[in-house]
Amino acid sequence: MSDTPKSKDPMAVSRRAMMAGSAAFGAALFAPSTLLAQDYPTAEVNVTGLAVTDTTVTVGILHSVTGTMAISETGSVQAEKLAIAQINEMGGVLGRQIEVIQEDGASDWPTFAEKARKLLVSDKVPAVMGCWTSASRKAVLPVFEQNNGFLYYPTFYEGLEQSPNVIYTGQEATQQIIAGLDWVKETKGANSFYLLGSDYIWPRTSNKIARTHIEQFLGGEVVGEDYYPLGHTQFNSVINKIRLRRPDVIYAIVVGGSNVAFYKQLKAAGINMTEEDPILLTISVTEDEILGIGGENMEGAYACMKYFQSLDNPNNIAFVEAFKEMWGEDIVIGDVTQAAYLGPWLWKAAVEKAGSFDVDKVREAQVGIELDTAPEGYVKVHENHHLWSKTRVGLAKADGQYEVVFETAELVEPNPFPEGYQ
Amino acid sequence: MTLSKNPLFTRHEAAAFAVLAFVIFLLLPAALDNFRLNLFGKYLTYAFVAVGLALCWGAGGILSLGQGVFFGLGGYCMAMFLKLEASTPENTSIQSTPGIPDFMDWNQLTELPLWWTPFYSLTFALIAVVIVPVIFAFIIGVAMFRRRVGGVYFAIITQAFAAILTILIIGQQGFTGGVNGITDLRTLKGWDIRTDEAKEVLYYVNGALLFVVLFIAHFVRKSKLGRILIAMRDQEDRVRFSGYDVASFKIFIFCLGAAFAGIGGAMFTLQVGFMSPTLVGIVPSIEMVIFCAVGGRLSIIGAVYGALLVNWAKTSFSESFPELWLFGLGGLFIAVVMLFPNGLAGVWTEKVLPQLTGLWKSRKSQPQKEEALQ
Repeated sequence: MSDTPKSKDPMAVSRRAMMAGSAAFGAALFAPSTLLAQDYPTAEVNVTGLAVTDTTVTVGILHSVTGTMAISETGSVQAEKLAIAQINEMGGVLGRQIEVIQEDGASDWPTFAEKARKLLVSDKVPAVMGCWTSASRKAVLPVFEQNNGFLYYPTFYEGLEQSPNVIYTGQEATQQIIAGLDWVKETKGANSFYLLGSDYIWPRTSNKIARTHIEQFLGGEVVGEDYYPLGHTQFNSVINKIRLRRPDVIYAIVVGGSNVAFYKQLKAAGINMTEEDPILLTISVTEDEILGIGGENMEGAYACMKYFQSLDNPNNIAFVEAFKEMWGEDIVIGDVTQAAYLGPWLWKAAVEKAGSFDVDKVREAQVGIELDTAPEGYVKVHENHHLWSKTRVGLAKADGQYEVVFETAELVEPNPFPEGYQ
Repeated sequence: MTLSKNPLFTRHEAAAFAVLAFVIFLLLPAALDNFRLNLFGKYLTYAFVAVGLALCWGAGGILSLGQGVFFGLGGYCMAMFLKLEASTPENTSIQSTPGIPDFMDWNQLTELPLWWTPFYSLTFALIAVVIVPVIFAFIIGVAMFRRRVGGVYFAIITQAFAAILTILIIGQQGFTGGVNGITDLRTLKGWDIRTDEAKEVLYYVNGALLFVVLFIAHFVRKSKLGRILIAMRDQEDRVRFSGYDVASFKIFIFCLGAAFAGIGGAMFTLQVGFMSPTLVGIVPSIEMVIFCAVGGRLSIIGAVYGALLVNWAKTSFSESFPELWLFGLGGLFIAVVMLFPNGLAGVWTEKVLPQLTGLWKSRKSQPQKEEALQ
């Protein structure tokens, strides 16, 4: 950053000193929320020609609001808009109000790539909150890396990725899986598992990690592993196999519309989840999916993820209330929605720590950032760009909410390239 | 048939080609920044498919709702070559098996499948871009047309092929990249295809190839073959009773359309930087028919404008109204089909051209000279 004659205030010197030693300062140093734009001249906070003016900064939101993924991604859009509205109310980022350019990925991966390019090349946004499926993330990844964009990605996913241009605010597979398996082994004495899932990269990678953990670390047994195409609706054959092999746990990673058929057919086949015979443990059904499945069909199942709407802490109570006020009383909030809500807050914290909107400086400042105000509790950005977070197990109730029955004592370290599990 | 009676290019046709060349090579590059030009480059790849459809459907009466299959096959052939080039052992050193594409490693493959190895060769890949779609089209064509399956039944069956190929690609993700497709393509023989300069070069290559395809299509339309096609479309039985082997003509034109689509797919992969099953399935295949219908299925030049217009509308509607744009696009299709059943080309030849020629004739210039040139 060059020393411009404009910066005469004494703060400017200490700020540069702070940046010089930013690594040593660590994350605890939070800039106050009442920063004034005139203390941060645009010429200094934006040396790479981003969409920043003296009063505003423009960020991108890139999700599907049309097509098959719209039902899942709408919650993320709502959460991101809520976070941005709240940040603006508090005075914005470096004294600048956040403006939003929203683009529709239309559930179509080439469209995601096209819109990502548009946001970075034409609109020059310093950050994008977006993507949901792994396929859309993989499609935009080269665009972000080539144009040095910065993406906040909210979904729990398979790991095996660590881009300098992405912050992963959802859990990677090991964070979500291992704690849940340990819990079901310890508290329920489960020994035999039946793994099943939709046929794509996330369920397959997750089940690979689950199988390794069950067989090598828990001394358990995997009695079956099956995959079904996305959108599959006939689960009777696998249900028959499950009844035949009588596993202690059905470990299900079915996604999207298939869930509705799967859980209804399980219930119709007389598999009684409320009596835990067998136990059903899933990592793919949030409160959003239960809306489609129906609470009565899901009752008694366990889900393992980092956030449930019913979490009882002051951050979450305020978050749920604000979310309902903005988007309606009937809305439910799932794990990914909460992770999407973290994106703008993490970005704001990093920008203010860096004293700059420039992507390279924000990236450097982002590692180590802590949020005490997250609805899920305290989170911290790991140097691998994923979040340290707690993992929780929820018991599905008939009203479509989860009751939290377990949470890890400590934050779980993100490990996108798990040694020994690959 | 003598050429003097039936010239390869009438004055109108020559003018139409010239105007299109002006638009693609001069107007668009001058009017658009690099990002928008690259988008138009992407739209032009769909124009290859639309031109093929104008031949199959507009001239031959064969409505294929599975052109995405051929577009996808061409694109995948190109993507496989580019992916192998990008997966050097150095680039993939964090994998359990370095040197194979990343998605294979994620799916526990430990060596490159045998059928992937020819794609280390660019020559093989380029030939495959055309030949693989043609072989598929030939098999489908022989199976269908020899049994005289046509019309709606043929359309439905092509749709089934689109669905089958999508399911196959998604299901065999260790070999194909599954839902994610083949992503993160970087260089072509060491030339970085992701830079702005490369995108610009690719745009012109794309435009030039499109003109090659247009000339071939135009030649087919003007030849005796072209007239047999139209005769088959209008009265298939009469053509058959006259001693022509209808099925062979249909197979030929279907294969030609597939080859065009394959080239378009390969150019798509180069310009967008990845290939995925979302471009293969039923929905994109139907969209491709819509490009052709909006442009005017009877006109190969119209099909190009249709592809450009529809995709441009799609982009700009969705940028302005991210939550409502599909309604706008739907409205556009309904309006075009209701008001102009022969598409944009129909509006041109039925409404605009008579006016223009009226003006031209009243000025009494000498039209004979130009026709004598051929």
